[in-house]
Amino acid sequence: MVQRLDTLVETPSQTAGPYVHIGCIPTFAGVEGIYPEDLGLSPIQEGAKGEVITITGSIYDGTGWAMRDAMVESWQADAAGIYPGQEGADPKVTGWCRFAADKDSGEFTLRTVKPGAVTNRDGKVMAPHISLWIVARGINIGLSTRIYFEDEDNSADPILARIEQRPRVHTLIAKKEGAGAYRFDIRLQGEGETVFLDL
Amino acid sequence: MTDPLMPRRREVHPDPYWPDYKTSLTRSPNLPLLSMESTVSEETGPRFGHNMLGKLDNNLILNYTQGAAPAVGERIRVHGRVLDEAGRPVPHTLVEIWQANAGGRYRHIKDTYFAPLDPNFGGCGRTITDETGYYEFMTIRPGAYPWPNRANDWRPMHIHFSIFGHAFGQRLISQMYFEGDPLIDRCPIVATVRDRSQVDRLVAPLDMQNSRGMDYLAYKFDIVLRGSRQTMFENKPEGM
Repeated sequence: MVQRLDTLVETPSQTAGPYVHIGCIPTFAGVEGIYPEDLGLSPIQEGAKGEVITITGSIYDGTGWAMRDAMVESWQADAAGIYPGQEGADPKVTGWCRFAADKDSGEFTLRTVKPGAVTNRDGKVMAPHISLWIVARGINIGLSTRIYFEDEDNSADPILARIEQRPRVHTLIAKKEGAGAYRFDIRLQGEGETVFLDL
Repeated sequence: MTDPLMPRRREVHPDPYWPDYKTSLTRSPNLPLLSMESTVSEETGPRFGHNMLGKLDNNLILNYTQGAAPAVGERIRVHGRVLDEAGRPVPHTLVEIWQANAGGRYRHIKDTYFAPLDPNFGGCGRTITDETGYYEFMTIRPGAYPWPNRANDWRPMHIHFSIFGHAFGQRLISQMYFEGDPLIDRCPIVATVRDRSQVDRLVAPLDMQNSRGMDYLAYKFDIVLRGSRQTMFENKPEGM
């Protein structure tokens, strides 16, 4: 026998199910009056520093159908690459947003400021990116990925560098569609499958 | 400086692809996840203050009517602690729940089950853990209900939980089941967790000592989030 380890085990995930909106964005789901407003309506407040951008996209299942029932959360640094809560962070950037695909079109829109490059613990610099966490009916454990930007220098990013199949890198890079406008589609399965992260 | 998160133990979590849960078949990646040590992007996360909470936010019996009239159903208290893998309490973290009403019906446009809506029940609540990681809700016991999967599948009574922790990489959504419910063993969503001992960790025991006579039954549900690895033996930044 040996001594027992005293670490605990993480609680197993279960799918968020079809009614996740009731719990997380009830006003959006039509359950009004319990809270003054839904949480995470915007990751920025008036006066946030940096370039305001809009990212539009859809989340496609393995059949190519744009899902109507997914909920997404985003987390990002401010324009200087500092996360909310860290020293020197822009007080107008809360960094966190919750959004759902449109019930009719299946499209989501994230309006935010473009984050700066972030220096990691090991001193390596990560290219500007926004972290995403996706839940829905049929997703048994939330899926994590990142949005990078095609008009930034992504060549030294340590996460992108770890993707062995180079043609898959583009699945994490938002396409510029105009001034401050980007497109970022997510494919859960099959052709063009998005790289999902286990970090 | 943030600490690296303990790697997620995927073997305790559900299989993303689970044939008996049909929707998962087209919503699970075919290709492996890219696994690496967490970065500052996963080690930081949103924080929420107690001052954002309304007085009835964690009382689903009363919050939909703002206290005017109680929801129908068996009154229960659901309580427990949020801990991390290191065994430390996770204080001041947001816990959100949502559930069906006593008849097994959600207040949602997509739910067309025969059971009626309760005009006094919305179905969501939230709270923030205290210093010791403790939380509690008052609610009604949700009903079991049938769902479109195989021809005769029923969800056991359950409450959905969404928990934040202090780092975006700790983010977790799960479901709490009730001790003794015979539908637990028949549910293909429960079965996505292959290890039976892990399923048991999703089942809240009846907690008579924390129940109140002539008022409510209590169920205890502790939640464990990913922990972080704290050590002085970290690699130095490159070039130092």
